[in-house]
Amino acid sequence: MTTVVYVPRDAAARSLGADGVARAIAAEAARLGIDVRVVRNGSRGMLWMEPLVEVETEAGRVAYGPVARADVASLFAAGFLNGGEHPLRQGLTAQLPWLAGQDRLVFSRVGVIDPLSLADWRAHGGGAGLVAALGMSPAAIVDAVTQSGLRGRGGAGFPTGIKWKTVLDTPAAQKYIVCNADEGDSGTYSDRMLMEGDPYTLLEGMVIAGLAVGATKGYIYLRSEYPDCERVLLAALENARAGGLLGASVYGSGSAFDIVLRRGAGAYVCGEETALLESLEGKRGEVRFRPPVPAQVGLFGMPTALNNVVTLGSIPAILAEGPAAYQARGVGRSRGTLPFQLAGNIRHGGLVEVPFGVSLKTLIYEYGGGTASGRPLRAVQVGGPLGAFLPADALDIPLDYEAFVDRGAIVGHGGVVVFDDTVDMAKMARYAMEFCAVESCGKCTPCRIGSTRGVEVIDRILQGERRPQQVALLRDLCDTMTSASLCALGGMTAWPVLSALEHFPEDFGLGRPDHRTARSEGGT
Amino acid sequence: MPAHPPASSPAADRSAEVDAVVQRAIATHAAEPGGLLPLLHAIQDALGWLPPDALPKVASALNLSRAEVHGVISFYHDFRTSPPGRRVVKICRAESCQAMGSDALVKHACSTLGMELGTTRPDGAFTLEPVYCLGNCALSPSIMVDGALHGWVTRQRFDALMDEVPEVE
Repeated sequence: MTTVVYVPRDAAARSLGADGVARAIAAEAARLGIDVRVVRNGSRGMLWMEPLVEVETEAGRVAYGPVARADVASLFAAGFLNGGEHPLRQGLTAQLPWLAGQDRLVFSRVGVIDPLSLADWRAHGGGAGLVAALGMSPAAIVDAVTQSGLRGRGGAGFPTGIKWKTVLDTPAAQKYIVCNADEGDSGTYSDRMLMEGDPYTLLEGMVIAGLAVGATKGYIYLRSEYPDCERVLLAALENARAGGLLGASVYGSGSAFDIVLRRGAGAYVCGEETALLESLEGKRGEVRFRPPVPAQVGLFGMPTALNNVVTLGSIPAILAEGPAAYQARGVGRSRGTLPFQLAGNIRHGGLVEVPFGVSLKTLIYEYGGGTASGRPLRAVQVGGPLGAFLPADALDIPLDYEAFVDRGAIVGHGGVVVFDDTVDMAKMARYAMEFCAVESCGKCTPCRIGSTRGVEVIDRILQGERRPQQVALLRDLCDTMTSASLCALGGMTAWPVLSALEHFPEDFGLGRPDHRTARSEGGT
Repeated sequence: MPAHPPASSPAADRSAEVDAVVQRAIATHAAEPGGLLPLLHAIQDALGWLPPDALPKVASALNLSRAEVHGVISFYHDFRTSPPGRRVVKICRAESCQAMGSDALVKHACSTLGMELGTTRPDGAFTLEPVYCLGNCALSPSIMVDGALHGWVTRQRFDALMDEVPEVE
C-alpha cells in the first residue's frame, strides 16, 4: 500500500529547507523499499513549524514538525508512516489548536490538497461556486456578492458587489478582470499562500467575476518578488485550460474566459490600482487621476473589475454556500473572514483565518505566543507600511475596518507586524518617509518631494535642532501629504509617522506628555 | 592560410547573442497589448540585464521612442542597465524584517562581502541589493539569493549561504 506524505512546497516552507526534506524522505523510502508518495502541498499556515510534514494514516493526517533533513532517518525508524511517536510528532493535524479554532473559508483547501491537481481540488469542493454561478444571471451573481458584504481585501475595503455592478452596467465591447497580486505590504503573505496552495480557487473566482460583469479576459499582475508563485500559477493556468476551467467554453457553458499572467518589476506603487493598470499597459507605473474609476475606464480604456487575490479567492465560497453564510460571519460592516498574517517579532508567525471581530491581543498572544525575542511587546503595525503603529496598551481593539479607522489605524490587507521593546520608533517613522521616497511614482508633488523633506525634518528632530519647530513642520508636512497626494502612498505615509510621534514621543527626544489629560483639558 | 574561418571576437559573439535574445523577445511579445514589460523581462531573464544596444530595437519594434523605453526601464527597480554580479543577494529591509534585525544583517553583509548595499562588487562576484518584502514575514529576516528564498537568516546562516558556491578567482 502506498503511504502519502505531505511536504509543503510553499515558498516559506522552502525557505526553511522543505525541498531537502522532501528529497530525503523519498530517498529513505526508496532505500528501505517502502512505497511512499510525496505530495508537495501548500502550507497549513503554521509557518514557525515549517517544514511541517504530514502523513496520511487511518486515523487522519498526522503532523510532524519542524522537520530537518537530518530528522528523516529517525522519523522512519519511529514508524512515522503509521503515525508513530517521535519528539517532532505534533498530533492529528485537524486537532492542532492553531488550526482547530480557525474558520477556514478562503483557505479551506490550502495545505490540504495538491495545489496543482484539478482532481484533488474538485474532490475538496473546488469548482462548486463556478457551477452555481453558471446557473445564474450576471445581475444575480453581482447581487449575491453584494449581499455577502464582501469588501476589497487589498486594503481599501470597498464593497466588491458595488464595484462589479459598475462594471456590469458600463457597456463596452471588451471588459477585463484584473487580479491585483502585487502584495507589497510588509507583514503580508496571504495572497502568496493562496496562490501557491490553491491556485485554482483564484482562477475560479476570476472566471466567476468574468461571468458577473461580462468580461472574457483576465490578467493576474504578480509581483516579481514571488518567483515560486509564478511557477505555480503558470502550471495552474496550463492545467486549467486543459481541464476546461479556462478557455473558449468554460465548463462547456459556451462562455469564454482566459487569463494572462504578468510579472511586475519591483515597484511598490504598482499595488495601487491605477498604477497597476499603467504597468499592465506597458508604461511607467504612475498613478492616474480619478475619476474616472477603473470600473468605468480601466485597462486599455475599458471597464475593468480590479480586485485583490483574497477578494477573488473569497468569491467561490460565497457562490457555493450562498451569501447568507458568508454574511453571517464578522462584525458591523466587516463581514466574512479575513486571513490575518502574523509577522515580525512573533514567536508563532503564520496565517490565521477567522471572522472579523477578533482582537489584536487574541491574535498576537493566543495564536502568536507573544514576541519571538521573549522581550515585552512595544508596538504593532497593522496594514503594511502605510498603517499606523499601535502601542502595547491598545491591543484590545477588534479587527474591524471601522473600529480601526476610529482609532486612526487601518486593517489593510490583514498583516500584523510585532515589534519588541528594542524598536526605535523615530527610526521607524524615518523609514516610513524613506520608503515613500524610494517608492513614490513621482507624479504628484506632495508625495515626491514631501517624503524626502520628511526624512530631512525627522533627521533634524533627532539631532535636536529647534525641536518644537521641526515637529510643527513635520505635522504640517504630513497634513499636506495627506490632503494633497494623488494616492494612498503619499496620502497615508503620515499614519505611521504621526502615530509613532503620538505614542512614542520619547524616541524623538521629546518629553512624554500625558496626552490623554492634555487633550481632555483642552477639549471643548 | 588557415582552412577554417577566423574565430569571431568575444565582442562580436556577445553582440550576436544579445541580438538573438532581443529578436526572440520581440517576436514573442511585441504584438501583445502592453507588451513592453514582458518583453524587457524576457531579455533580462536571458541576459541578466538590459544592454543599451537592445533599446533601439525594442523601441522600434513597439513603435515607441527610445525615451519612452528608457522611462519605463528607469522606473522599475528590477530592470538593470549594467550586468549583475555572479551571485545576486537581496536583503529585505521592510518593517517585519527590521523587527527581527535586518539592519544588523545588512551591516554584516556589507562588511563580510566588502561592499555597499545597492552595488555590484568590482570583481563581479556579488550584487547586494535591498528589497522591500519577500512575503516571508513570519520567518523574518529573509533574503533571496539567486532567486531562492531563505527565512530566519542569522549571520551564521548568511555566511554559510555565501560560502555555498566558492567565489571564482
